[in-house]
Amino acid sequence: MSNPVTSQDHPPAEPEAPEPGRMHGVLHKITTGGTLVAVLSVLLAVFFGSLLIALTDERVRETAGYLFSRPGDFFQATWDAVWGAYTALFRGSIYNTRAESFETAIRPLTDTFKFAGPLIAAGLGVGVAFRAGLFNIGGRGQMLLAGAAAGWVGYQVELPWPLHLTLAIAAGMLAGALWGGLVGLLKARTGAHEVIVTIMLNYVAFYLVFFALSRQSLLQAPGSANAKSSPMRESATMPKLLGETYNLHLGFLLALVAVLVVWWLLNRSSLGFRIRAVGENPSAARGAGIDVGRIYVTVMLISGALIGLAGTNQVLGTVTSGITVDLDAGIGFDAITVALLGRSRPLGILGAGLLFGAFKAGGFAMQASQDIPVDIVLVVQSLIVLFIAAPPLIRAVFRLPAKEAK
Amino acid sequence: MSTTIEETRLAGVPTVVDRKGPVIFAVLTVALALIVALAPQPGDTTFRLAADSDFAQLPALTVPSTATAWLLVLACVLSTAVAILRYLRQRPTPLWLVVVFAVAWMAGFLTWAAAGATIPVVGLLGGSLALAVPLVFGALGGVLGERAGVVNIAIDGQLLAGAFAAAMIASLVGSTWAGLVAAMLAGLLVALVLGVFAINYLVDQVIVGVVLNVLVIGLTSFMFTQVLAPNDATLNSPPRFTALPVPVLGEIPLIGPIFFRQTIIVYLLYALVAVIAWGLYRTRWGLRVRAVGEHPQAADTVGIKINRTRLRTILLAGAIAGAGGAFYTLVSVPQFNREMTGGAGYIALAAVIFGKWDPIRATLAALLFGFASNLQGVLSVIGSPVPSQFMLMLPYVVTIFAVAGLVGRSRAPAAVGTPYEKG
Repeated sequence: MSNPVTSQDHPPAEPEAPEPGRMHGVLHKITTGGTLVAVLSVLLAVFFGSLLIALTDERVRETAGYLFSRPGDFFQATWDAVWGAYTALFRGSIYNTRAESFETAIRPLTDTFKFAGPLIAAGLGVGVAFRAGLFNIGGRGQMLLAGAAAGWVGYQVELPWPLHLTLAIAAGMLAGALWGGLVGLLKARTGAHEVIVTIMLNYVAFYLVFFALSRQSLLQAPGSANAKSSPMRESATMPKLLGETYNLHLGFLLALVAVLVVWWLLNRSSLGFRIRAVGENPSAARGAGIDVGRIYVTVMLISGALIGLAGTNQVLGTVTSGITVDLDAGIGFDAITVALLGRSRPLGILGAGLLFGAFKAGGFAMQASQDIPVDIVLVVQSLIVLFIAAPPLIRAVFRLPAKEAK
Repeated sequence: MSTTIEETRLAGVPTVVDRKGPVIFAVLTVALALIVALAPQPGDTTFRLAADSDFAQLPALTVPSTATAWLLVLACVLSTAVAILRYLRQRPTPLWLVVVFAVAWMAGFLTWAAAGATIPVVGLLGGSLALAVPLVFGALGGVLGERAGVVNIAIDGQLLAGAFAAAMIASLVGSTWAGLVAAMLAGLLVALVLGVFAINYLVDQVIVGVVLNVLVIGLTSFMFTQVLAPNDATLNSPPRFTALPVPVLGEIPLIGPIFFRQTIIVYLLYALVAVIAWGLYRTRWGLRVRAVGEHPQAADTVGIKINRTRLRTILLAGAIAGAGGAFYTLVSVPQFNREMTGGAGYIALAAVIFGKWDPIRATLAALLFGFASNLQGVLSVIGSPVPSQFMLMLPYVVTIFAVAGLVGRSRAPAAVGTPYEKG
């Protein structure tokens, strides 16, 4: 599938190095693109989000009816709608300026951290796979199985506190790793495209967990008719970090640890070197004696384990009342945007995870106080990724020079 | 693994006859025989063959379950034997034999699963068609895009955008046709974004597709809550296409009520399948599309404009998928709802792969997937021994087997997913 590419005669796109394979060129661009492009992408996406908020606002549309007689009203209404939305977002995600005491005012920030935890963990999972040139869209399935496994250990096993929690987390990560590793194995052995396989495995995992949750003999809570398991035992839940007033739990710390581990893995270990080599150019890596198939399996195991960590975070930390089929809460897909925005670097993913965590926390606040559907967050997120994936577009919009200084 | 051998064989010369057909037949036959033998279901199975409104009422067919199931197992054994014989003579398993085997196997399975109950055959098949229509539209869009070398993961987004636009515009204008056109335009718009990013900006097509799906979910859900839901009467209560029975064909027992008492969208679909299948293999346009997807360099050297052809094809594909979305809001449920496609676009994608990037086969695959999801509904009503979740899982599992090369070989167009830059 080599596509000989020479330098272009036409000016529009920037001059590029030859692309080794289908995924690698783009992933390479994403992982090495400038920070400036990332920041501008966020700005542009937020601008489009504002536009959408303004366009659908009741008062803005009313005042637009008499735009030419009293344009002031229209601009005032637009400003109110957008300003209201973003201040609500800020109050919901960082600092609640309307709270009475500092303790309650700072609460949104801890919520942001809480939401960021699983996003970072799963984002790392997707990012590690990206670095090997693999696109893991299977976050949902891996989280579901991880959550189911961790949850089963969480309510079934009787052990003292730190042991029980550790065992439950390990079980979850193992389940996620196996579900992810299956993809790597299929890719290595049969060449099955990981994108298709992960998409399909998402649904298979969903129906598997759904099946288990609707059988008393498997995961369903005794005597219940709902597709839900028993709640977690106290000994298997992640402790709250800042006391009972705040929802922030151990999951966030675990995610931070994962950032460090993945950073070390990718940048300092020999396995990380091989992973990156495969990601840069699989044929060259094979030529250099690296077992590419084995790297695919290993990377997918690691990726699944990290995404599994996000799943355990949900079941053992955020919602401890039992396993459900929507325990993934869209994180499996959000993780892709986190990894892309973070350019698949551990530290970048940390930043992107915090940003999207803030969007999540703030989005709910925005919905509650301003009546703006939380789906706007999805729109802004996906726009960010679209823009970030197309640096030439961003450069064209902001009239940046074709090649930016690194 | 044997696949490495096959890779080399594929790269080499003429294809040797695939033995996977007979093997799969044999495995399935044994499985069915085991099911019937190990878990015999006493009683009779009734197949209701006529709809209530039929002109000529076919009598219901009641058969003893176990005996009939064994008879159908025998039919499976015979088909398998034919497939093996053909394989020994170096001839591939033909499509008609696959269909015969599938029907026999399915009938056997149903006879066993519905022992002591009645299966409404017309409802089962008609319902399958209704579930399959958007899938077929989506699969056709997927086939076109991928044949031109652009991965169209955004099928789901196109279906959803189509459903949304159809509901809103049809409600506003009060015309179903306006809704259908709006749906096609919405699908086309999603495809345009895909095309611009993938072809002009060389962004990875898979990433754009996935992100576009999320974007469309976000946009439509946002608009639904913000605009549609508060103005339900004016913006979200579209008129529906009514069923138009075809005069003579509609009166054929069994087939008529299933295929020829449908809405105009379904008839359009029949025509579309035929036109695309013919166009792709028999016209200059089709040859160009396939050339662009298989070997863009070669196509470029003979003067075909690669990126223009790709963009046009992907736009057409988007419009087709968008029309499939209209089926949700103008036929199935007369109202838009958030995320109402429920990931149907991904099943359509599965149908594309399972159908080996061929319009007819992809259509059959989509019908099969529609059948599988409707079957689980019917079986759960009559209380069958198979958990519904496993029936729902079927399309996805089958697709994994297909991409892993276990059910015949699915080979994508060679240049699919690769952006083309003129050298």
